Amino acid sequence: MPTPIATVRTASSAVVSTNKLIRNTYLLLSMTLLFSALTATLSVALRMPPMTYLVSTVVALLLAWFVLPRTANSAAGLGVVFAFTGLMGFALGPMLNMYLALPHGPQLVATALGGTGVIFLGLSGYALTTRRDFSFMGGFLFVGMLVVLGASLLNIFLQIPAMSLATSAVVVLLMSGFILFDTSRMVHGGVDNYIVATVQLYMNIFNLFVSLLQILGITRDE
Amino acid sequence: MDLLSILSAIFLAILIALLLPRARQMLGHSPPAQRGDWQSLLLPLLAVVGFVLLLMKLV
Repeated sequence: MPTPIATVRTASSAVVSTNKLIRNTYLLLSMTLLFSALTATLSVALRMPPMTYLVSTVVALLLAWFVLPRTANSAAGLGVVFAFTGLMGFALGPMLNMYLALPHGPQLVATALGGTGVIFLGLSGYALTTRRDFSFMGGFLFVGMLVVLGASLLNIFLQIPAMSLATSAVVVLLMSGFILFDTSRMVHGGVDNYIVATVQLYMNIFNLFVSLLQILGITRDE
Repeated sequence: MDLLSILSAIFLAILIALLLPRARQMLGHSPPAQRGDWQSLLLPLLAVVGFVLLLMKLV
């Protein structure tokens, strides 16, 4: 039977490792976001063609799916995370160029960027301070994501602007849910690797930014 | 339909096929919601909706 002192020591060491995980994740996340902004700026300056979005995203996701799981526990994992986020940032170039060319385009992009930051910090702060376990949402979020991907696939053929707006709105809600889910997983032990946690949060921020940009772009057009 | 649309459609179809087993696993292994869990989710999501509506008014 464990002594009270041993129980307190175990609990305190769990708190220390959770705090370390959260600190390392947010540190790496901020560095990767800065790097991503750098590669996005480069892609905008080079006026990359629209195909860049698809090619960079596919290569980045291949890295995340097949290389990251093998390297996440080593220093090489850091290189993979920067390659992944750099490619995702580079992918944004053609889309950003399209929005920047609109009247008041820079204001639109800045609003989407600021809005993404406020939503992420607000939701992550909420999950960290309330310490609620949002793991019950897992199935709901993944099924929601599949429905959205199916709707996006359908809309490639149908080309309905209202459906595109609806899909983006649902993605904003889903990514908000994923931010709560992934942040609470760090607190409650669902994830114990800061590299993996960074990639998950980065994807939430990326998708949130793209969807917010589309919503603001579509409503501005009308 | 241009090449980019066709390739995007293929990419999305592959993404759905790759995510399907993960979604099935998450559905089976997610813990059930406790009392008050959905309410605690509703509050921040409503705040997000309100904030996005505000941004739409601003641009």
